[in-house]
Amino acid sequence: MAGAHSSHDAAHHEAAHADHGSTRSYLVGFALSVVLTLASFGVVMSGLVPHELMMPGIVVFGVAQLLVQLVCFLHMGTSPSQRGNLSIMLFTLLILAIVVVGSLWVLHNMNENMMHPTSQMMPVE
Amino acid sequence: MGSTALSATHGAFEDVSHGGHVHHHDDGSKTLLGFWIYLMSDCLIFSALFATFIVLAHATAGGPSGKELFELPYVLGETMLLLISSVTFGMAMLNMHAGRRNQVIAWLAVTFLFGAGFIAMEVYEFAHLIHEGAGPSRSAFLSSYFTLVGTHGLHVTCGLIWLVVMMDQMRRFGLTDATRRRLSCLSLFWHFLDIVWICVFTFVYLRGAI
Repeated sequence: MAGAHSSHDAAHHEAAHADHGSTRSYLVGFALSVVLTLASFGVVMSGLVPHELMMPGIVVFGVAQLLVQLVCFLHMGTSPSQRGNLSIMLFTLLILAIVVVGSLWVLHNMNENMMHPTSQMMPVE
Repeated sequence: MGSTALSATHGAFEDVSHGGHVHHHDDGSKTLLGFWIYLMSDCLIFSALFATFIVLAHATAGGPSGKELFELPYVLGETMLLLISSVTFGMAMLNMHAGRRNQVIAWLAVTFLFGAGFIAMEVYEFAHLIHEGAGPSRSAFLSSYFTLVGTHGLHVTCGLIWLVVMMDQMRRFGLTDATRRRLSCLSLFWHFLDIVWICVFTFVYLRGAI
């Protein structure tokens, strides 16, 4: 029984090994993260990007870096061993979207439609 | 007999008090799943703080705005320190899977230095803001800024303490199933904090500076 158990153990460790990543995956993730970080800061600091494109720019580079780190550092993927983690994360993202988008939407409408005693809360544009 | 073999292999974390009962196999994956669920609940705390910050971003009450306060080159330095510490932790994990204890401890020490550098920069930044009269009590914008960034900093500080504890456990117990499992949890925690920081520099610093 002990023998059967240890062979099962070895097989399991072998299967789990695929999720650990390698030196290469960490270095690729690091290089991509550095490039995307510099791109994000460059969008705002360089002065080369038109003002209205800055916000979409930093969001795109930020989301890209998020995905890079999830795959390269946290080894998220669609492999069977990762499916549980992935589905929990997707559910969390749903709740997160409801909290953040809901707050912004409700409070934006409130700011638009309520009378302000002073106008210093809202920048006049 | 099967039970003896089991507790010999997994003695580090199998509960011996189960006695003659053959305990089910635990490779630590359930602990990691549970820890992942904790991290996701932590994510929800951050989402509430982010929502609060973005809603209050213009509520400066006549005080300084983010554009006047934030120094982006300084933030870029902090970002790089945290990013490098994430990779050095990855190197520690690779050495853990290869079974090289001393390299694990060395890489954890390097990770600790970069993490401590990040916290030192952040504490200096906070002290500088408070000294300039832009403390958390100045405006709703600054209250939410200090709460959000401070919560992240508190997490990193906890991670640093955990790193020290793990280095000591590695030195005392070596690479046992228990220490491997704990280090895997810390690895998730550390990489998760780097991911939260991406959102912080994007939505707090860069958005504030536009």
